Amino acid sequence: MIEIQKLYLLVPLAPLVGSLIAGLLGRVIGTTWSHRITIGMMFVCLAASIIIFMDVSKGNIYNGSVYTWMTSGTAQFEIGFLIDKLSATMMVVVSFVSLMVHIYTIGYMKGDPGYQRFFSYISLFTFSMLVLVMSNNFLQLFFGWEAVGLVSYLLIGFWYTRPTAIYANLKAFLVNRVGDFGFLLGIGMVLMHAGSLDYATVFAQAPQIASQTVEIIPGLPWMLMSVICILLFIGAMGKSAQFPLHVWLPDSMEGPTPISALIHAATMVTAGIFMVARMSPLFELSDTALTVMLVIGSITTLSMALVAIVQNDIKRVVAYSTLSQLGYMTVALGVSAYSVGIFHLMTHAFFKAVLFLGAGSVIIAMHHEQDMTKMGGLKKYMPVTYVTMFIAGLANVGFPGLSGFFSKDSIIEAVHFSDIAGANFAYFCVLVTVFVTAFYTFRMLFMTFHGSPRMDQHTKEHLHESPWVVTLPLIILVIPAIGAGWLIESMLFGNYFGESIQIGSQHEAVAKMGAQFHGIWGMMTHALTTLPFWFLLGGIFTAWYFYMVKTDMPGKIKQKFGPIYTLLDRKYYIDEFYSWLFAGGARTLGRGFWKFGDVKIIDGFFVNGSARVVVWAATLIRQFQSGYIYHYAFTMIVGVFVLLSFWLY
Amino acid sequence: MLFGFPLISLVIWLPILIGILVFATGGDNNARLAKWVALIGSIMGLLVAIPLYMQFDPTMVGMQFVEYHTWIESFNIHYHLGIDGISMPLILLNCFITPLVVIAGWQVINNRVSQYMGAFLVMSGIVNGVFSSLDAILFYVFWEASLIPMFLIIGVWGGPNRVYAAIKFFLYTLMGSLLMLVAFIYLYNVSGGSFSILDYHKLSLPLTPQILIFIAFLIAFAVKVPMWPVHTWLPDAHVEAPTGGSVVLAAILLKLGGYGFLRYSLPIVPDASEYLSGMMIGLSLIAVVYIGLIALVQADMKKLIAYSSVSHMGFVTLGFFLFSSYGIEGAMVQMISHGFISGAMFLCVGVMYDRLHSRQISDYGGVANKMPVFAAFFMLFAMANAGLPGTSGFVGEFMVIMAAIETNFWYAFCAATTLIFGAAYTLWMYKRVIFGAVANAKVETLNDVSYREIFILTILAVAVLWIGLYPLPLTEVMHATVDDLLAHLSRSKL
Repeated sequence: MIEIQKLYLLVPLAPLVGSLIAGLLGRVIGTTWSHRITIGMMFVCLAASIIIFMDVSKGNIYNGSVYTWMTSGTAQFEIGFLIDKLSATMMVVVSFVSLMVHIYTIGYMKGDPGYQRFFSYISLFTFSMLVLVMSNNFLQLFFGWEAVGLVSYLLIGFWYTRPTAIYANLKAFLVNRVGDFGFLLGIGMVLMHAGSLDYATVFAQAPQIASQTVEIIPGLPWMLMSVICILLFIGAMGKSAQFPLHVWLPDSMEGPTPISALIHAATMVTAGIFMVARMSPLFELSDTALTVMLVIGSITTLSMALVAIVQNDIKRVVAYSTLSQLGYMTVALGVSAYSVGIFHLMTHAFFKAVLFLGAGSVIIAMHHEQDMTKMGGLKKYMPVTYVTMFIAGLANVGFPGLSGFFSKDSIIEAVHFSDIAGANFAYFCVLVTVFVTAFYTFRMLFMTFHGSPRMDQHTKEHLHESPWVVTLPLIILVIPAIGAGWLIESMLFGNYFGESIQIGSQHEAVAKMGAQFHGIWGMMTHALTTLPFWFLLGGIFTAWYFYMVKTDMPGKIKQKFGPIYTLLDRKYYIDEFYSWLFAGGARTLGRGFWKFGDVKIIDGFFVNGSARVVVWAATLIRQFQSGYIYHYAFTMIVGVFVLLSFWLY
Repeated sequence: MLFGFPLISLVIWLPILIGILVFATGGDNNARLAKWVALIGSIMGLLVAIPLYMQFDPTMVGMQFVEYHTWIESFNIHYHLGIDGISMPLILLNCFITPLVVIAGWQVINNRVSQYMGAFLVMSGIVNGVFSSLDAILFYVFWEASLIPMFLIIGVWGGPNRVYAAIKFFLYTLMGSLLMLVAFIYLYNVSGGSFSILDYHKLSLPLTPQILIFIAFLIAFAVKVPMWPVHTWLPDAHVEAPTGGSVVLAAILLKLGGYGFLRYSLPIVPDASEYLSGMMIGLSLIAVVYIGLIALVQADMKKLIAYSSVSHMGFVTLGFFLFSSYGIEGAMVQMISHGFISGAMFLCVGVMYDRLHSRQISDYGGVANKMPVFAAFFMLFAMANAGLPGTSGFVGEFMVIMAAIETNFWYAFCAATTLIFGAAYTLWMYKRVIFGAVANAKVETLNDVSYREIFILTILAVAVLWIGLYPLPLTEVMHATVDDLLAHLSRSKL
């Protein structure tokens, strides 16, 4: 093993060691050393990731195993790493955002009784996420996949005395499990048809698998590759919160804000996007699966952005915004623009982290008040938070020049150029969403930072900017939120990802974009003449008009369009529906099986019934053994008569 | 051989003899002595089992450490012992669990201590006998003998309804095994007067007798596993049994049924097994789905875990009847893993029961506030019970699902629902018991786990994580045996 390969091990293990120390010895070493050690380990991890990234940039791709997990039959299951441009990029993004969140946590969680536990969890999360992205096989991917789910569960329920938090974390875990259910079946199909779970082996076999069909329902031959890809994508729908498995993400905001930024915006929820990009050699072989992704992504993008409009909780606005942006990424995958999806994943990680951490900063200042109707005018008290959030907001809406513009505009363009089924619908959705995004983002910014203060006197007197451990990560993160977009030329149109992402020759949206691309400045000036830019301005203007000029307008509209408002406010009643159908249904079914099947039929009828038959028979027979001589004598006489009558006739 | 003694005999008789020695310590005046003798005896039992692993040759097909002596000459019955890759891990599991059970009862059991401790040691030896007998009658004797200690453990140290539960347990399992004896006598006649199981393996039989024998075996083993619909004794037995009894019941006794399928049903009547595999798979899937749903609505923690056991054991029987190496090895891993996890889950409930004397979920809430260390352990085991990758609970389920998908997509589909149901019932219980604000004044009085409890839970936690992160050593010892079994299964006996 040469030196750089030892470094590969260091990347996931450093956070794991930090997590174990803070988790097991947290009480012994105290709060300060807990954060020092975990943050120190994160520094190591980030440094190693950057070194590896630079090494990979030189062309040193690594694919090898660390140890054999298990063997059975002909298959061998390995734990190993695949280090290429795709995983190296993810490693840097994950460890960078994670480090920032670690630092931010010092300020946010100050004085919390679970301080060490929190650091332990977020380091454990980083470990799991890195295992996921560095994996070279499906099994380890699934391990990381579920492990991030576990940490997410633990962190959403971090404040475990709150009923809403422990409801939300259970819900998150179970909804994710529904996705994982499909994912595991997909992995099973892969293993069955490729005979291995190793990426390289599977991808090499993919072309042969592509021509096969499978009859899941007898008599209906389906394309095997479509079945595999759709099953895998169900996993991605769970983790990346795509409609209709999106319901857990808004509720996950019950967790402390740093993890909303780290897990539920920047990294974990993008695991699904990463996974599909990683599986591009498979997905490219199934147009059906691509169309499914495109449609699901489009629905998520638009429907979730609409819900964001009516939210008053600042974190929920950002949460629905995240859902909508994840929809954008899925749309990119659907039009085979994997690199664009990953690009948006990266830029989104930065600007959404800023939005979340900024929201957290506001929440600290407001004494854990999250309702925007009780805020207003905060910009003069919290200038750093305001400026960073404003910039991140501009990136979120895709304002030319900022990172979000390049990635989002590329997605819209890619959809425009694509001719896969569903592309027109998707184009409509992503365009409308630009307007909606601009509207809800600026509604949030205006309601929070502008206008007249609406908080109570006590809160107002104590308003102040957050400490440096909170603002420093904001400032550091806002730099890539501004500038990361400038990588567009190399990431999308160069051969940045090399072999990691494969695009079939029939899906040429990205290639067409590349042909039209005339440098960064060209893209920006061109954008000024296209629809998205005007939709964006329209959205900002509307928000300004409604929330700065005619502040009574939203109320009037709410009244006029009551049913629509209620529909959005209740999030299309999906939560109620699921809770009635699945949670209620499973309980009713379970109670029925138990009370009727087990208690009545099996135990009542068969088990205790057979015991009763024995007792009944015994009671009956016992009558004959009364012990009285005259009973026996009488029976004897009757017997003699019966025998005699037989004998006589 | 160890110190001149044959290894397997040592593993069987050492715990039994020390168990009798524990009985001999007498009444509760000598409780301390009884405990220490039991602890040392159980640890010795574990130590003598370790050479079985160290000296085991995983490449070898067939029985190892064989012992063969004549027992009853006129009926051709032999004291015939031997182990292979299927029985060896189960013996180790059994020897591993016994010391934990002894430690778990250390401060909790205060009346008839010597009998309690002795019963577990005797049980441990008897179970090792079941796993290593190669003579049908010897097997039958050990099999039935294993009922007695458990019957006493439930009946004497159990809860309020212990008599009903103990009798239900005893009769259910006894009824089941009677037909097995009939099958043995039939096989004795057909084979020309042999009780050797290895002879039965080679015996060719027409399909009808095969099916009848299969059914006779099925009734015996299905009750033990337990499979749906003969599972209803288990929740009652668990609810009434003391913690140690529940642990042994779930971790060890259920495995007897699974072992029976591998040693008897599959190799002796392979054609009938194949012929009836559809039914077996159906019953297993009912166990996974139907029982999973039932577990969801239980109000009693022990009942919930008992139902969860039935559901997890459904994976074992499912794996057997898929006839592939993933399936059988996965089922084996699932048995071992279930031994650790269910044992740990029952211990966790025991930890709370010892403090509050209630098993009702509704009597708890917010335990994490008072018992944070315990909550962390319980979380790990709950996640293992929900089959989280990285814990042992995942490995077996994963392998069986992989095997199922090769046979039929819908088998895998039904089996994989455990991903959802397993998580739902386990974590919902966890949420109601551990999370939340302190629910009542009783919970307020809870003390966190003691060092003794931490010790037991740590050992189990290590085992659960070890199998989850590195199952290779476990599956490696099975390959030769399982491959041989599969080759055997593919040859018709008709």
